[in-house]
Amino acid sequence: MRFLDTFFDGAVMAKYLPELLSAIVTTLWISLIVVVAGLALGLVMACLRTLGRWYLTLPIVAFADIGRALPPLVVILIFYFGLPGLGINLSGPMVLILVLGGVLAAFAEEIFWAGLTSVSRGQWEAGRATGLGFGQTLFEIALPQAVRMGIPPLVNRALAITKMTALGSVIGVKEILTVSSSAQSFSGSATPLTMAALAYLAIFLPVVILSRVLEQRYAWAV
Amino acid sequence: MTAAISPTPSAKVHARPMLEINKLGKSFGTTEVLTSIDLSVRPGELVFVIGPSGSGKSTMLRCCNRLEEPSSGTILLDGEHVTACQGRALDKMRLKIGMVFQGFHLYPHKSVLANVMLAQVKALKRSKADAKTRAIEMLEHVGLAHKAESMPSELSGGQQQRVAIARALALDPKVMLFDEPTSALDPELVGSVLKVMKQLREEGMTMLVVSHEMEFAREAADRVVFMDGGVVVESGPPEEIFGNPQSPRLQSFLSRVNRGGE
Repeated sequence: MRFLDTFFDGAVMAKYLPELLSAIVTTLWISLIVVVAGLALGLVMACLRTLGRWYLTLPIVAFADIGRALPPLVVILIFYFGLPGLGINLSGPMVLILVLGGVLAAFAEEIFWAGLTSVSRGQWEAGRATGLGFGQTLFEIALPQAVRMGIPPLVNRALAITKMTALGSVIGVKEILTVSSSAQSFSGSATPLTMAALAYLAIFLPVVILSRVLEQRYAWAV
Repeated sequence: MTAAISPTPSAKVHARPMLEINKLGKSFGTTEVLTSIDLSVRPGELVFVIGPSGSGKSTMLRCCNRLEEPSSGTILLDGEHVTACQGRALDKMRLKIGMVFQGFHLYPHKSVLANVMLAQVKALKRSKADAKTRAIEMLEHVGLAHKAESMPSELSGGQQQRVAIARALALDPKVMLFDEPTSALDPELVGSVLKVMKQLREEGMTMLVVSHEMEFAREAADRVVFMDGGVVVESGPPEEIFGNPQSPRLQSFLSRVNRGGE
């Protein structure tokens, strides 16, 4: 009974549910923008890198390396507390989107690039030899194979990054962790944190299952 | 198995070569791989290129559609300069030059039908319906229409290579280049690919073939070219090349091949 009171207190749940629901919505839309923008930017950078121009490759590699090396929390704090010194005031959600989207883009670029480089030269040659242009060969032949190889690591990375929306709690974004930990302080019960855990499961478990479906869909034997 | 390939055998008497290689040179860094190769293939002719490994046969073939960039010399296809083409013009030129690779290189994420349709739709700008009709026709031609919906991984090596041939033929090329088309195949699958190539020859397709299939060369080639060290050492009808080789290099190559030492 003590366990239930601590983690599943009905009265506390009822009190904080509306606030938590709105936090779930915030986490969802921030996550969605981060994933879509991060993957898209990563894909664009990997495609640009195939052109083999140093003036494109150099900044892309630098961005990918820095983005993967820096802890997101550090960048979030710099953006949120440092940039106003330059007269640039970004809202909490905007900082989260920029930083997490950028970090995901850095990882996604490397994953797409690894996939593209593992597509055999013969595939490119077969495309070019049949009169397809560079772009057509990239988009019709190389990229679908690269994406397929990248799906498991991409899903893992996207999940890891979206869970980092919890870092929004340090800059006051009203996402799940911010709301539930403040509710925990006010109520003196761990129940809001249980609710947060359940909310994260409700959001991310379907994504994990979707990733399995995608893996199967793209699983042609080579 | 209808004759759907356009060039006619009678075209062989035409004066102008379909494929003309003039003073072709190719170097990789300081290593000279091809030295002043002259070779021409008349319409409807099957020219076979033999030679030891590293003799530059494949490089020469790959220069013909510019998968390798020639260092010097010119290549003409039906009188048009292949070597002068750039960008889109080169892509268009490549449509006229079918190529079959040793490793097949079918697209693993596309069905057999989609493999044969892709360049027709994207490069030749055929409608999907026309491309499909042509693809089925070409798959029938290589005896694989019943595999149209299969994925490449479900096919044997010989079947994959025949699909690759159909993929090239579907673009109505003026010449077909074969780069060791049977080298990656199990011995029992070689025959099916050679059969298709023989059929193409009978239909009058112009073909330049790099291969170690000496028996096939003897049987089907109009002319055999022997390359060694990046130069054409000897060329002539198969009966002369195999029956009465002139140069010591060809003699020693043939004796090594006959002993199975290649």
